Amino acid sequence: MVGKSNSLISLEELTKDDILYLLGQAGKFENEPNRKILDGKVVATLFFEPSTRTRLSFETAANRLGARVIGFSDAATTSSTKGETLKDTIMMVSNYADVIIMRHYLEGAAKYASEVSPVPIINAGDGANQHPSQTMLDLYSMMKTQGTLDGLDITLVGDLKYGRTVHSMLTAMRHFNSRFRFIAPKELEMPDEYKEYCDANGIRYTESKDFDEDVINTSDIIYMTRVQKERFTDLMVYESVKNAYILRKQMLANAKSNLKILHPLPRVNEIDQDVDTHPAAYYFQQAKNGLYIREALICNSLGIQV
Amino acid sequence: MEKTQLMVAALENGTVIDHIPSDKVFDVVNLLKIQDMNTPVTIGANLKSNKMGRKGIIKIADRYFTDEEVSKLSVIVPNIVLTTIHNYDVTEKRRVTMPDEIHGIVRCPNPKCITNHEPMHTVFDVVDKENGTLRCRYCNKEIRKNDIKLL
Repeated sequence: MVGKSNSLISLEELTKDDILYLLGQAGKFENEPNRKILDGKVVATLFFEPSTRTRLSFETAANRLGARVIGFSDAATTSSTKGETLKDTIMMVSNYADVIIMRHYLEGAAKYASEVSPVPIINAGDGANQHPSQTMLDLYSMMKTQGTLDGLDITLVGDLKYGRTVHSMLTAMRHFNSRFRFIAPKELEMPDEYKEYCDANGIRYTESKDFDEDVINTSDIIYMTRVQKERFTDLMVYESVKNAYILRKQMLANAKSNLKILHPLPRVNEIDQDVDTHPAAYYFQQAKNGLYIREALICNSLGIQV
Repeated sequence: MEKTQLMVAALENGTVIDHIPSDKVFDVVNLLKIQDMNTPVTIGANLKSNKMGRKGIIKIADRYFTDEEVSKLSVIVPNIVLTTIHNYDVTEKRRVTMPDEIHGIVRCPNPKCITNHEPMHTVFDVVDKENGTLRCRYCNKEIRKNDIKLL
């Protein structure tokens, strides 16, 4: 078991060794995803906020490990609409399940649940706060394709202001010695508090508004995010930047051979469809890697090592 | 004594909280639940002060405060001094310092924070004592001193 408790709420809790251990465990699950090591266990997936991808990934992980899955995918069908507190819901479900995987629209919900629950909690996203399994699968994808998390040139592109995944990645990557480039329009640039975090933790970074071939050709990882129209107060500004951050196949002509393009999905138009057939396109495998990471996280929460 | 001066009896035993910023006087009253006390209390607000321009002062007879109560005060009035009086003599002067964590007295300003939706206590870690910056232990949002609101 790694982390401070059996629960996984935030990557802040994990040491470098913890992260490397979980990535190693995920590698074993990739080699052999179907293991009936959770036979007789019940995994609850409580999705107070809908999230198809994350829920299916966790439920597939539990099923491939032989566990039974209970839960809900929409809080509208639960007693929380009758005014039941989160605490009561968690206490009730913990009578039935060995581990609770939860997504909630309120920030800090998973942490609070872990304080009141007698069984481990895995945070599958709490509002705009934390989404540790997404970051772990991002790290796994980088480790798998590059063989290391050190010495990489990682370019983060798009919405760096509101993007939860890019913030969590910095938290996890504080343990490693890679370099970051933050590419964003002024309206969506990396917030000062995260740049201060980088400075305090020795994370090297540069910032730019230009997503050009110089950047692309020197990157090992390009992490694309969606530029969200609804974030802009001035739609003229949105119109002026939206096409600056569309990755097209011809832009990859002189990219490094080891380059991989990641995206937390869903994508809209920031990666052109013609990139999908390029060898650097990795976002669908990245999502698949989520299965192995989640198998590792579930087993870790139950104190099982493979 | 001139009629223009305020007459406040000297404390025989009790606590004097002086140099309170004028707009924080009643926050201090609420925080220490002074309104519920049944010993003599003098509350002065908007009094002339050479150092502060205007200030507040609270004198509470026959009542002393624990370190925990005093540390709560630091959230709204950092650097305040509490004077303890026994038999008309000052026996202790304590400068309020911020604790490492603050339980149950500050509201998280993030409307999407779980603490604003569940019947639970808030917990804040003090990340910068100098500038009075707090971080919610649940949603991780940071609050700066001037944005701190009490529950």
